[in-house]
Amino acid sequence: MVNLSDRIKEIHEILREIPDPEIPVLTLSDLGIIKEVVVTGEEVEVTITPTYTGCPAMKVFEDDIISALNKAGFENVKIKTRLSPAWTTDWMSEDGRNKLRAYGIAPPVGSSDKSQLQLQKRVIQCPQCGSMNTEVISQFGSTPCKSLYRCEDCKEAFDYFKCI
Amino acid sequence: MKEEKFDYALRMGDTCLVLSHRLAELCSKGPFLEEDIALTNISLDLLGRCELFLDYAAELEGKGRTADDLYYRRNERQYFNQLLVERPNKDYAFVIMRQFLSDAFMLPLMNDMKLSKDERFAAIAEKGHKETAYHFRHSSSWIIRLAQGTEESRKKIEEALDELWMYTGEMFEETEGDKSLAQAGMTPSNNDLKAKWLKNVKEVFDEAGLEIPGERWMDSGGRKGEHSEYLGHMIADMQYLVRAYPNDKW
Repeated sequence: MVNLSDRIKEIHEILREIPDPEIPVLTLSDLGIIKEVVVTGEEVEVTITPTYTGCPAMKVFEDDIISALNKAGFENVKIKTRLSPAWTTDWMSEDGRNKLRAYGIAPPVGSSDKSQLQLQKRVIQCPQCGSMNTEVISQFGSTPCKSLYRCEDCKEAFDYFKCI
Repeated sequence: MKEEKFDYALRMGDTCLVLSHRLAELCSKGPFLEEDIALTNISLDLLGRCELFLDYAAELEGKGRTADDLYYRRNERQYFNQLLVERPNKDYAFVIMRQFLSDAFMLPLMNDMKLSKDERFAAIAEKGHKETAYHFRHSSSWIIRLAQGTEESRKKIEEALDELWMYTGEMFEETEGDKSLAQAGMTPSNNDLKAKWLKNVKEVFDEAGLEIPGERWMDSGGRKGEHSEYLGHMIADMQYLVRAYPNDKW
């Protein structure tokens, strides 16, 4: 008989490996969206906090969590959503930030405290050449979590993972 | 208080839904790629927020209806969105002005609702406020750019303001239910919101060099389900699939 804390640990290890469907270099644990795992008898309840409410990737996340756990022999999996505290890029791991940069996406800069949400300018470093001489092309990018930037030195356009 | 909360959640959900759909109609029709993407991103955020409100409304009602039933299985007189957001898309200045007037309202609403004594409202607002801050930043910068752009863009943004202003009065109306919710600390008071909304609008207009229109007649009806002829057409399009294939799932 495997004890409870070992089973929860095993579940966390499985969840850690599940990639983000849209940015596959990141995993669920890099994003910090897994809030709680509760095992009651045969039932596993995973609580997640959505990154963006309308993000279609969230539904895929849920399906991926269920199928990964099913595959490991956990048949009865429930997903619970917790909205508060709201997801913030502050929860993203250092490892996740480095992986984003290596993938060509500038990681979120600064912390998401109140002042950061206002209309202030932040310097975003180009993930390709490291230049600080960049400018925003659009506040909105290819997924809800990103903005579009351009580097004035290497002339590459790049995605910036917005700080929220 | 449950019934008042249901009305409020439904109305908020409807306003998010209708604006989301108007923006989604512009998918692949934006003036250029980046803006096309921006509009659909905002549309998606609003759809997500709509889902949170309608999920909650369905729970509060407790009659077994789901958020999907609420989206798709009502007729136009049963939608309670603001009239502003159902105005059909015209040129880009019009789309931006409609968005801006709505964002300037959503921003203080979401900010103040974070303190709601109702946990669900507070949680939805916590999430929504972050997203709305981005929306507001986007629409504000376009108001300024269009107002200070060419003669043509200036003319269009002024026309849009002139046409849309009369739908802004309704946002601050208060039903008896709204009053009791605000008194109980469940939702922000519409009076407070009006001052904050006006301040947001004025700050951006000052920078853009636009005048706030003077007193004028304000249209009304969204709270009673009385809409312009445009909503029915929008809903017919939105509900087509569900009406054509009832109870189908994928």
